[in-house]
Amino acid sequence: MLIASYVFLVIGGLFFLLGGLGILRMPDTFNRIQAGTKATTLGSFSILIGVAFANPSWIFKIIIIIVFIVISNPIGSSAIAKATYRSNHIPTNLVQDDLAKRGEEHDTN
Amino acid sequence: MKYLATFIVLFVVYLFLAGFTVYELILGGIVSAALTVILVKYVNFSIDWQFPIKLVKFIFIYLPVFIWKLLLANLDVAKRVLSPKIPLNPGIVKIKTNLQGDFGKLALANSITLTPGTLSIDVEGDSLYIHTVDVKGKNEEENRERISEPFEKILGGIFK
Repeated sequence: MLIASYVFLVIGGLFFLLGGLGILRMPDTFNRIQAGTKATTLGSFSILIGVAFANPSWIFKIIIIIVFIVISNPIGSSAIAKATYRSNHIPTNLVQDDLAKRGEEHDTN
Repeated sequence: MKYLATFIVLFVVYLFLAGFTVYELILGGIVSAALTVILVKYVNFSIDWQFPIKLVKFIFIYLPVFIWKLLLANLDVAKRVLSPKIPLNPGIVKIKTNLQGDFGKLALANSITLTPGTLSIDVEGDSLYIHTVDVKGKNEEENRERISEPFEKILGGIFK
């Protein structure tokens, strides 16, 4: 049981490391958000599953935590991305930008 | 039915956090009922008799696909991050969706954010604006097929 727990904890840590590395290495905000969101979501899952293996009586609390993370993490990243776009920190390397084409009348709300 | 939906959500969260003993069942029931009366005016979701079927569909059809895609997404991120020159061809694309309800759109947007190389930025009416690391499709249809089609099919059966 403890061996499985350690394996999941190490995998989770590895994904967090990759996420951090992604945030450092990616060239613009949106790609940094992408790397951060995905790696931290799966990293959290993995670490929580590792904790569940180490202490099986916490399994229901861990399910609740996983549900909250999987709902709130993408919403948070989407909010950050939207704020980035609204504040005109638009990366210059975009090959296509449909958000710019949606017309002025929507930008006011 | 709004009362029932609120009560079930609160009761399940309470039980999961507190444990499944008889005392907690009774106390949780009382606390959830009291909170339901207070909170029900802020709630805008409801359940009907199809809810158990939808829940089973959600858990057994949607979740395996979702977890598989999440694993693929992480491997994709790992590959990009660890390659010496990061391969990027980023762009923001617009995608139409057929899902009507707020929960369906939320589930779709969250799924898209956690799938390989895509990040949903904004939802407006029935169109989603999505940042992708690698723009492959030439037009809206191709992007739609590549990004949202697998989830759209599954979620369409659950949320309408």
